[in-house]
Amino acid sequence: MPDATANVKSEPAAALAEPRVSIRNLDFFYGATRALKSVSIDFPDRQTMAMIGPSGCGKSTLLRVINRMYDLYPGQRAEGEVILDGENILAPGTDINRLRRRVGMVFQKPTPFPKSIYENIAFGVRLHERLSRAAMDERVESALHKAALWSEVKDKLHASASALSGGQQQRLCIARSIAVRPQVLLLDEPTSALDPISTLRIEELIAELKQDFTIVIVTHNMQQAGRCADRVAFFYLGELVEVADATQMFTAPREKRTQEYITGRFG
Amino acid sequence: MPEDSKHILSSFEADLARLRDMIAAMGGLVETELADAVTALLTHDSAIAASVVEMDAKVDADERAIEQFAVRVLALRQPVADDLRQVVAALKVTTDIERIGDYAANVAKRTLVLNQSGTTWPLASLSQMSRLVQESLKSTIDAISEADPVKAISVWRADQMIDDLYTTIFRELITYMMEDPRNITACTHLLFIAKNLERIGDHATNIAELTYYAATGQTLPDARPKGDLSASPAPGAAP
Repeated sequence: MPDATANVKSEPAAALAEPRVSIRNLDFFYGATRALKSVSIDFPDRQTMAMIGPSGCGKSTLLRVINRMYDLYPGQRAEGEVILDGENILAPGTDINRLRRRVGMVFQKPTPFPKSIYENIAFGVRLHERLSRAAMDERVESALHKAALWSEVKDKLHASASALSGGQQQRLCIARSIAVRPQVLLLDEPTSALDPISTLRIEELIAELKQDFTIVIVTHNMQQAGRCADRVAFFYLGELVEVADATQMFTAPREKRTQEYITGRFG
Repeated sequence: MPEDSKHILSSFEADLARLRDMIAAMGGLVETELADAVTALLTHDSAIAASVVEMDAKVDADERAIEQFAVRVLALRQPVADDLRQVVAALKVTTDIERIGDYAANVAKRTLVLNQSGTTWPLASLSQMSRLVQESLKSTIDAISEADPVKAISVWRADQMIDDLYTTIFRELITYMMEDPRNITACTHLLFIAKNLERIGDHATNIAELTYYAATGQTLPDARPKGDLSASPAPGAAP
């Protein structure tokens, strides 16, 4: 197997936790446009990886590959390998529903279903599991606890989710994702529509969730990447330029392009 | 730092440039302070010595101004990478420059006392040592202004010679004191002056290390040149 970091400045892989997801020589095409170019990167287990880079650099594309979100769109295809627990999830026989249970995703804007708070969480669980009423209640409560939302909604579980604030809705979406017990949680700019306090609540939540999940977050907020992430990957024009631990990345990045981007000297 | 590209935010670019300029100005002031202190010592000029003592207040004021400005940049700009290293180095470098100013002022104060004693002493070794220290300080200040890691390393290496010379002066002054106890007061002042100059050399190497770190992101090894053997257990047994 080729070295994941052969073309990228990075510390020796020996220093890192076991990868939960390994991406090998990944190319991605929107029609004829190549949006990712031979990307190889490991996402260590129970750590948070932040992906940064200017718009169009491929970071969100990479996120969409990890749960095969792109399958929903004609003309988009991925080549290479994305290995989750020893299994290449890009292989033709992959069970997409099972994959999306293992790899949860939260989007930029909160997307609660127009249902009750309780149903927002129970709905996804029912797709995968048949639980007794008591077991479902327990699952919903546990997910809301983990998403740090329980104390705020416990008395109105059957009220509409759309009555919650933006920050609460986003935490509900996180609760919904973790209720199906995924291994990997993908967060695509999860706080870009939130106020600073709600943002910090989500970041606090990320710090707690990484004890149970592998988290990949795409963010345009450099300080957020520094605050949340163990490792940071910088992408530019579809290439992975550098991946390093957050301290290294924000004090002494190895690559000039990284330094220029994170210090705001780009272009 | 050799920079091909500027920050998109021009006010940030201006802040960092201003920080560099403030440090260069403070460094220049301390260079003058040291040069004047040395002149006062070597020419027995009490008027110049007194002006050096006054100059030190301005150095202290510069230190406070730079600290305030660096804290402001940290708070408002949240710099990262080389920008962060530059601001952090600025905060620490300023402390070193201020200490150098203190040592120069102390040389001047002791010169005033020596001049009152009315005796003169052979100052050839001190003259040579002070020339090396001044060169080292100048290179250091240049290295900061130009963010030049190569120049910083040269300062770091040159400190060995200053330390060697200090050891020589230390022995020389002890000899004078043993010859005639009436020399002890003046020689003790000269010994402190030599020690002040030696400490200035050490602070210059600190600044060189910080400059190197700010420019490259790497730290120089711990083992920096150490040649001051007067503090060894048996000073007379030094090689």
